[in-house]
Amino acid sequence: MTAETLNVAIVGSGPSGFYAAEALFRDVEDVHVDMYERLPTPFGLVRSGVAPDHPKLKDVTAVYARLMADPRFSFLGNVEVGRDVALASLRDAYDAVILAYGAAGDRRLGIPGQDLAGCHSATGFVGWYNGHPDHRDRAFDLSHETAVVVGQGNVAADVARILLQPAEDLASTDIAAHALDTLRRSRVREVHLVGRRGPTQARFTTKELRGLTTIRGCAVTVDRTVMAEACRLELADKRNPNAAKNIELLDAVAARPDADRRLALRFLLEPEAVIGAARVERMVFRRTRLSGPPFAQRATATEERVAIECGLVFTSIGYRGRPIEGVAFDEERGVVPNENGVVASDDAADPLYVTGWLKRGPTGIIGTNRADSIETVRQMLAHLPGRGRKPPAARRAIHASLPGGAVVDAQGWAQIDEAERAEGIRAGKPREKFVRVADMLDCLGPSA
Amino acid sequence: MPHIVNDNCRLCLFTDCVEHCPVHCFHADEERTYIDPEVCIDCSACVPACPVQAISEVVDFSEEEERWIELNRSFAQRLPVISDKRSPLPTAEAQREALGFA
Ligand SMILES: Cc1cc2nc3c(=O)[nH]c(=O)nc-3n(C[C@H](O)[C@H](O)[C@H](O)COP(=O)(O)OP(=O)(O)OC[C@H]3O[C@@H](n4cnc5c(N)ncnc54)[C@H](O)[C@@H]3O)c2cc1C
Ligand SMILES: NC(=O)c1ccc[n+]([C@@H]2O[C@H](COP(=O)([O-])OP(=O)(O)OC[C@H]3O[C@@H](n4cnc5c(N)ncnc54)[C@H](OP(=O)(O)O)[C@@H]3O)[C@@H](O)[C@H]2O)c1
Repeated sequence: MTAETLNVAIVGSGPSGFYAAEALFRDVEDVHVDMYERLPTPFGLVRSGVAPDHPKLKDVTAVYARLMADPRFSFLGNVEVGRDVALASLRDAYDAVILAYGAAGDRRLGIPGQDLAGCHSATGFVGWYNGHPDHRDRAFDLSHETAVVVGQGNVAADVARILLQPAEDLASTDIAAHALDTLRRSRVREVHLVGRRGPTQARFTTKELRGLTTIRGCAVTVDRTVMAEACRLELADKRNPNAAKNIELLDAVAARPDADRRLALRFLLEPEAVIGAARVERMVFRRTRLSGPPFAQRATATEERVAIECGLVFTSIGYRGRPIEGVAFDEERGVVPNENGVVASDDAADPLYVTGWLKRGPTGIIGTNRADSIETVRQMLAHLPGRGRKPPAARRAIHASLPGGAVVDAQGWAQIDEAERAEGIRAGKPREKFVRVADMLDCLGPSA
Repeated sequence: MPHIVNDNCRLCLFTDCVEHCPVHCFHADEERTYIDPEVCIDCSACVPACPVQAISEVVDFSEEEERWIELNRSFAQRLPVISDKRSPLPTAEAQREALGFA
């Protein structure tokens, strides 16, 4: 590193953080990236969100591993910005800071009964089966036959698939051991996957909907809805092929008399209340009617009520970003307000940048974040000419202030990775994840 | 299942797809792009990024689909990777209209 080196801090090691590093490396020769990550392990939702039965997608981490090996890159794992180091300190010390810390919170329905035992958010369930340390100690009682999943996006599809799939089919994936254990004993046989709008508006990608219709031993039933004119227009629009393919799939769903499990796709039902004495006993919905122009149809509740008897409810209505101290935050959308990645109403002489789910809101798949980070970095590089570099002392002070031995660097992660893979071989899985931060750190030994 | 680029890309080469690819699996010549099926992880992020719907997932391996897979594979093997978006071909807008995606 020289006095000319551009020093950038990236907060968060999910896809958007890595693609920001990649874009920087492509365009700037003399650059150094310090990537801060609150967990000892990198890769964000690729590790803790992407479903265990989607192993091919996780091959994307090979791209990130190559970036981590670049001499211009340092990983600072187990350091939470806002707790272990203040954002303001980073801004004082680095030539630029890019926020890429995602959207780990969940949106709640805000209806009566949502806090009853047996009513969970998908965020917690997903984190639990994927071995995220924040969710390790959650408990899911899967002793009831019927579950309701609210929401019709790809996360809801993941949750329904994990609940309905024979547990032995998950045994050879990287699912957390505690989750596999519970799922093996699960008595869930029926899942109602419920949307407030119609099949044309469901957010499943065709790929994931197909995954739902091909679960081993699971029959699928579909609420027949009357196709309103606006829906017909949505389907006829050539720019909307996903919905047309989804409808084609739903229309082709065939009876499966031999099935011992059932997925029911339910439409036009708006959540009203979760009912039960001590725990969930049923969920009540109001039938909705769609109104409005194509692609902007809203669900309006009617007086007709529909109840579903169930012992479990998972709400999967979206994720939500969280603020950290020192940055503007849009509470409504759960994002850091920005213009193409430049944080709004910030210091114009020394702007702050944002990318990924924290920038756009919690939508889009892994690759979407690459285009997004390219845009943010392009903005950043346009601001740079003529600006000086910050002296290295402040960065040294930050590194020195971090609790001794607590920082997990790229080599530390390599050790954790290796230990997980070795344990995986014993269990017949690609890896057996450590699910507690203490265990991750223990595996590094006292010298780390 | 594998993803393929078809001939809708020809005369267009919008290349929005390549910025959405998380694993750099696109290759291109001066005419169109191709997906390397060995590198693609089937995430589908490129599919909605294409303004002329040139990319799709193979699901039933029809004879035609098999032909597209082989074409993508063989061209990807001998052409360079493309990771950065280029300017579309001069014929792109006219072709988009002709294909009915304007
Ligand atoms: C359940 C689920 C399944 C998904 N499945 C797929 C799929 O199959 N295919 C697909 O393409 N996409 C999938 N996605 C979408 C994909 O995971 C996201 O698009 C992507 O991960 C978003 O990237 P990001 O970098 O913005 O955020 P994240 O991946 O969330 O990364 C943010 C990182 O920042 C860290 N962090 C948070 N706060 C701090 C802090 N204060 N200091 C330091 N670090 C911090 C977090 O620990 C995390 O590592 C899925 C998403 C979910 C929720
Ligand atoms: N395999 C994959 O590729 C994969 C897997 C998981 C996630 N992802 C991606 O990650 C992103 C997040 O997924 P997601 O499923 O969390 O979000 P999403 O796709 O936005 O879906 C959210 C769902 O919740 C519903 N909803 C919202 N508020 C509601 C309310 N108050 N009452 C009832 N229903 C409500 C929405 O219905 P309305 O449409 O009516 O608002 C919608 O069906 C998506 O881009 C997704 O594609 C991808």
